[in-house]
Amino acid sequence: MTRRVSCGSEELHVLAVDDSNVDRKVIEKLLRISSCKVTAVDSGSRALQYLGLDGEKNSVGFDGLKVNLIMTDYSMPGMTGYELLKKIKQKSSALREIPVVIMSSEKVLARIDRCLEEGAEEFLMKPVKLSDVKRLKSFILRGEGDEHGKKQTQKRKLEDDPSSASSPLSSSTSSLSDDLSPSPPPSPSSTLQPLSKRNRL
Amino acid sequence: MPASNADTDVEIMNSFTQPSLNSCHISSAMERNQLHRQLANMRKSLFDQGFLDEQFIQLEELQDDANPNFVEEVVTLYYRDSTRLILNIEQALDKSPLDLTKLDSLMHQFKGSSSSIGAKKVKLECTQFKEYCKAANGEGCKRTFLQVKKEYGTLKKKLEAYFQMARQVGPVETACRPK
Repeated sequence: MTRRVSCGSEELHVLAVDDSNVDRKVIEKLLRISSCKVTAVDSGSRALQYLGLDGEKNSVGFDGLKVNLIMTDYSMPGMTGYELLKKIKQKSSALREIPVVIMSSEKVLARIDRCLEEGAEEFLMKPVKLSDVKRLKSFILRGEGDEHGKKQTQKRKLEDDPSSASSPLSSSTSSLSDDLSPSPPPSPSSTLQPLSKRNRL
Repeated sequence: MPASNADTDVEIMNSFTQPSLNSCHISSAMERNQLHRQLANMRKSLFDQGFLDEQFIQLEELQDDANPNFVEEVVTLYYRDSTRLILNIEQALDKSPLDLTKLDSLMHQFKGSSSSIGAKKVKLECTQFKEYCKAANGEGCKRTFLQVKKEYGTLKKKLEAYFQMARQVGPVETACRPK
């Protein structure tokens, strides 16, 4: 099943989920500045509502815009980001495909592991930086369209050979990198980066 | 723009403050220069003294012509949320026995938003508070909370002064007004 970015343009539609007013405002700005369309909601249940997962079997949000990426805070009252992740990954196949990124201010290895195991694409440390968003965006865009099959093969390959990737926390320690350039860093480890986060910790 | 001695500026400025002179244009340019320098110094000391960290700069980098007051907007939102959270924490600290889970959760939220605006000292105190929560040390929590509020209050005052100055410096002065 292929997923094309709407209109063939490079504009991603991101659904951001965070109960913090401050964080929501910041992530919204980070995404807008990175030329993404943003829908920001303050809870997991509102996110499910928007995605149509609480009733209609529909991968399109209320305003008809398909969601290309979901970024959710981990610690939220009611439904945690992890619980939201599980719900998204279990329901209709259309929604299972949407990449989900977890954001957290706490680096708890067991938590990171759990999220990745449940299908999260990335685990970002808060506060999220512009460089994180830019890296995410280019990863998502690279994976768009016909890459689906290839991605699955690569993921399986990595799971068989955990030693093949570089630092598994390279994505979660992204806050240490100061790369604000629009293109991803040239080092070999970073091209594996989207896959390396699947490595067992 | 050539660097000039602040004292010389003041000297020159003083000689130009006679309202009838056609020097309004010059004195306001010098005033602007001085205000710019004052603003830059205020900003620098906020970082040097450890009130703000890298994250504040991240926010500044998100500010543009389309959103020229972004940082101040975020900070104002932070004050609003903080007022609520501080009150809730205060109420929770008044209860006996203490609900440490709730306290930790409230402080986690406050620490999170403090971190998001780069409030370095506030964040440090929040971390200390959470340590005491984990250690089930109620007295430690109460003591640290006083520090949290103190640092928050100090930062708020400094940031309010900073943004007020920024607003003064920002728009180009067209009218010549006595200082």
